[in-house]
Amino acid sequence: MSTATLRLEEIVITHDGHPLIEVSASVAPGEVLTLMGPSGVGKSTLLAHVAGFLPLGFRASGHILLGDSDLGCLPPEQRRLGLLFQDPLLFPHLDVGGNLAFGMPAGGSRRQRREEVATALDDIGLAGFAERDPATLSGGQRARVALMRVLLARPRAMLLDEPFSKLDTGLRDEMRRLVFARVHRDGLPTLMVTHDRADAEAAGGPIIEL
Amino acid sequence: MSRRFVLALALATASIAPIPSLAADAQSLLEAPWSAIERKARGQTVYWSAWGGDPAINRYIGWVAERLDERYGLDVVHVKVDDIATTISRIVAERAAGNDDAGNVDLLWINGENFAAMKERDLLFGPFARRLPNFSLTAPDDNPEVLTDFTLPTEGYESPWGKAQLTFYYDAERLETPPRNMSELLSWAREHPGRFTYPLVPDFLGTTFLKQVLLSQVEAPSVLAEPASRHDVDAVMAPLWDYLDALHPHLWRQGRHFPSGGPELKRLMGDGELSLAFTFNPAEPAAAVTDHQLPPSTRSYVLEGGTLGNVHFVAIPFNARHKAGAMVLANFLLSPEAQARKLDIDVWGDPSVLDMRRLEAAEREAFEGDRHPASPPPDALQRVLPEPHPSWVEALEAQWQVRYGDS
Amino acid sequence: MPSFVTAIRTAPTVALALLILPVLLGLAGVVAPAFGWHPALGGETWTLAHWQALGNTPGLVDMIRLSLFTGLASALATFGIVALCLATFLETRAFGAIRRLLSPLLAVPHAAAAIGLAFLLTPSGLASRLVSPWLSGWVYPPDYLFPGDSLGLALALGLTLKEIPFLLLMSLAALPQCRAGERLMMARALGYGRINAFLKGVLPALYPLIRLPLYAVIVFATANIEVAMILGPSTPPPLAVAVVRWLGDPDLAMRFQAAAGALLQLGVTAGALLIWWLGERLVSRLAAGWLRDGHRLRGERLGRGIGSLTTWLAIGVLVAALAGLILWSLAGYWPFPEAWPAPLTLHAWQQAATGLGDPLSSTVTIGLAATAIALVLTLGCLEAETHRRRPLGAGAQLILYLPLLVPQVAFLQGLVQWQAQIGLTAGWPAVMLGHALFVLPYTFLSLAESYRRQDPRWRQVAASLGASPANVFLRIRLPMLTAPILVAGAVGFAVSVGQYLPTVLLGGGRLTTLTTEAVNLASGGDRRLTAVYALFQLALPAIGFTLAMTLPRLWWRHRRQMLSGDTA
Repeated sequence: MSTATLRLEEIVITHDGHPLIEVSASVAPGEVLTLMGPSGVGKSTLLAHVAGFLPLGFRASGHILLGDSDLGCLPPEQRRLGLLFQDPLLFPHLDVGGNLAFGMPAGGSRRQRREEVATALDDIGLAGFAERDPATLSGGQRARVALMRVLLARPRAMLLDEPFSKLDTGLRDEMRRLVFARVHRDGLPTLMVTHDRADAEAAGGPIIEL
Repeated sequence: MSRRFVLALALATASIAPIPSLAADAQSLLEAPWSAIERKARGQTVYWSAWGGDPAINRYIGWVAERLDERYGLDVVHVKVDDIATTISRIVAERAAGNDDAGNVDLLWINGENFAAMKERDLLFGPFARRLPNFSLTAPDDNPEVLTDFTLPTEGYESPWGKAQLTFYYDAERLETPPRNMSELLSWAREHPGRFTYPLVPDFLGTTFLKQVLLSQVEAPSVLAEPASRHDVDAVMAPLWDYLDALHPHLWRQGRHFPSGGPELKRLMGDGELSLAFTFNPAEPAAAVTDHQLPPSTRSYVLEGGTLGNVHFVAIPFNARHKAGAMVLANFLLSPEAQARKLDIDVWGDPSVLDMRRLEAAEREAFEGDRHPASPPPDALQRVLPEPHPSWVEALEAQWQVRYGDS
Repeated sequence: MPSFVTAIRTAPTVALALLILPVLLGLAGVVAPAFGWHPALGGETWTLAHWQALGNTPGLVDMIRLSLFTGLASALATFGIVALCLATFLETRAFGAIRRLLSPLLAVPHAAAAIGLAFLLTPSGLASRLVSPWLSGWVYPPDYLFPGDSLGLALALGLTLKEIPFLLLMSLAALPQCRAGERLMMARALGYGRINAFLKGVLPALYPLIRLPLYAVIVFATANIEVAMILGPSTPPPLAVAVVRWLGDPDLAMRFQAAAGALLQLGVTAGALLIWWLGERLVSRLAAGWLRDGHRLRGERLGRGIGSLTTWLAIGVLVAALAGLILWSLAGYWPFPEAWPAPLTLHAWQQAATGLGDPLSSTVTIGLAATAIALVLTLGCLEAETHRRRPLGAGAQLILYLPLLVPQVAFLQGLVQWQAQIGLTAGWPAVMLGHALFVLPYTFLSLAESYRRQDPRWRQVAASLGASPANVFLRIRLPMLTAPILVAGAVGFAVSVGQYLPTVLLGGGRLTTLTTEAVNLASGGDRRLTAVYALFQLALPAIGFTLAMTLPRLWWRHRRQMLSGDTA
């Protein structure tokens, strides 16, 4: 269980020399910091930078700290940040169980892993879905699998990039509840980018308007 | 990864170290008993450079390779060549590079012109022919043609393989009476424009046609047996050029284009573009009828007064890496079994060089079969004209190029 | 696993080395002998004698004229037909059919297409049989010179037909890049007819994108061997064929002349490119006014007429040529002017079966190995782009095209001279690497788009879930790109199967493939057997493409999104 705080210290991102975004913030465990603003303001770029995927042409300064560790020094795969996009992005060549197992750290016997997958599916109300083709799932089911895949990777913090924008209104509330409950329960510092004020209100944390 | 790749590239463009010279030198092979040669041949790979343009011959060579593998553990690789001259240039290049005992060519199917050239430059191994046990079946003392190639004595540097004679063929349904000599041919061509041609010189068959015309037109054929340098070449050959000048406008494509060789000539006959054609292999028309390439009404004949004919040979380059294997192969080619199969028109149809009197009755039987209607009459092949001296051929080809090559 | 990233980052270097080194070494290997230096052949003094010999070769001017004419004429015809075809059919219902018909024709090896064309149009060919004797009155085949006419028309026609599918597919790949659909819609909305809209609105933007492929067409057409051997004249032949003949001449001095000839070929090809480039300049200047003249419908009907006629004619001739191959392979004795062979027989297939083993196995093994090397390097280069986070530079792109932009006969011959100088045995490895050289550009061109377009979020998700770069590559990117990778493999395999000159030269004549056998047989031999070999030569790429299409369907039959194709 992570109890570290995610801190963005004087992050400045420039594009071709022009300053794009400047942020300093601190996100406590279990807290959701929402970044709001119109498109093009650089909020998704900031998220990409935190995750380690700053696109070509952008430069960033400042520090990203998670507890004592400086994430900026780590390659993306070692940062252990849970990344959720607006699309669930379930790998189409793997079945549902395979997608979940992909997120799980290596180790354990085949059977243990299978059982862990089954428990996780049960947890999100999809018991018995392990061998299903992700393409046959409904939008809500896919979103839940994507969330569970991230959680099984045991992240130390969460990065949410407009995670609910493509869901129907009914599903959207349900997913918000599910995501924020897990964030609170696991004490994950969370950075969310959105342009939907309802997302920010549901998160209940501080809001930075860009 | 990159280093291994660079190595592979280096192997592709750089050297594999020169092959160490083989222990047994050429001389000892010529003196060793035959059983020792067969032992030595076992496990060798013989690269046999032979013209690859006729699928029937290729299949026959494939059959030979299978037999040698079965019986002598010898791996025969047929290196199919367009023109054996390419192979000879390779051997010349090998000698220039100092490769005297690890050459890439072990056996050559060679024509007289190239034999003369190679022998003159000492590029051949031998004399080995009389070392082959089956050579005696040709009864060389009764059949001197197995000892002469292109007017040159072979001196044992070649082993006979088959026989050939210029043979004409036609479709009896299109043509009732084919021309019986060269002057009839000319008037026939005038009456049937575009229905006759000959292969592009210096293709072997094209050159053979020129020689045949030369023999028929020259005033004193005896001069052709002597080196051309002793005679006024232009004067001797003038009637030939007069003849061709008269013939060419009536040839297929008005003589502006020539087929590449015998196979294309045969194809043009099969397509009905030509009414009359010729081959150096008397059995070819019959074989082609069996193969559906020529009409069933195909007939063949030899010009009155006879046509050019010769024996064709195989030779071993001086630097062949697997001489023992090459000798075993050459010997097998002379076996009654291989010669009889070669004669079969369903296989190839190439006449045998063996003297039937030297064979057992049972062996002889394999050579006797029904004559195919497209085969020339049995007595036709008796009228063999001798080849002119090679120097005439060089002059012939060179002048042809100058006169018609750039048309 | 940093070693994966390091290894991947060397891939572009290795690939570029594979492309550049042989070409440069090969050219160097030609320059020295051309000026007399080739110690293994006894050339130890620098001299211009071989150039004089070359200059004195009878028919040299005709050879050069043939190369230039067939090269430029076929490139021009190819370009014209493709442009009119696109103008006439783009965004119409017929276009799907044309595309489906032409794409598989791209995989037809040059030699097989040329053989089929020769069988179709020769005086005793299928075409003249169909009109004889009822229409033409011909009882015997007419006496006209085709193929092999001294102008090179048959050769130009064969090259054109074979290059149309290539250029059309290259154009189709480029159309989205220049937003052809929107341009067309805009121009149509302004009242331009279909043809005018395409020629004035799309072509000026499309042309720069297909310029390199078009140059490759010119280079190939000015210097090809196998099509020229089958369809071209022989007295004299086009320059490149003459150079290959000199290379095989028993007279060693001819090797030096062959080297000089190879350099001359390089010059002739460069000259053709220069002429084309000047033509481009001229046309763009002349067309400037035409583009702005405001005429919307001028020549519309004529353009459409020519566009549909040439397109369907090209497809029809290619299909008839291939159908003719099948007929000949089954024909017994088939006298002129009968249009249908009777009775049909499997004789030729049975005959071929005995000799087919070696060429078939060497064709397949060389093709698979060369394609594997090319695919590994292609994937390496593309994955390296991801890690460097930028695509290959313009220079590198040009290098990718290098083996297609330098006449084969020029640098392959140099490699053979190296072989002779150093004493390297010719054979399978050399031929295989030679094939890889020509396969690599095609696998790269085929795969690059799909690979680059793959949504970066897939690998971001995988990495954020803790997958190492190697794992992302092996477990996410490769499986998700199975289909385009297999198609690129099939393209590469088809290219390898079609190679003639690299096999002949680097294999020292010892290695036979279906292509070398088919070309050899085509120059004389039995029509039936030639047809069987050509059909086998054609069947291999067809099998490759069929596998590339069906295997993913089989593997992913339980993964719907993998089949719908929106995984990139």
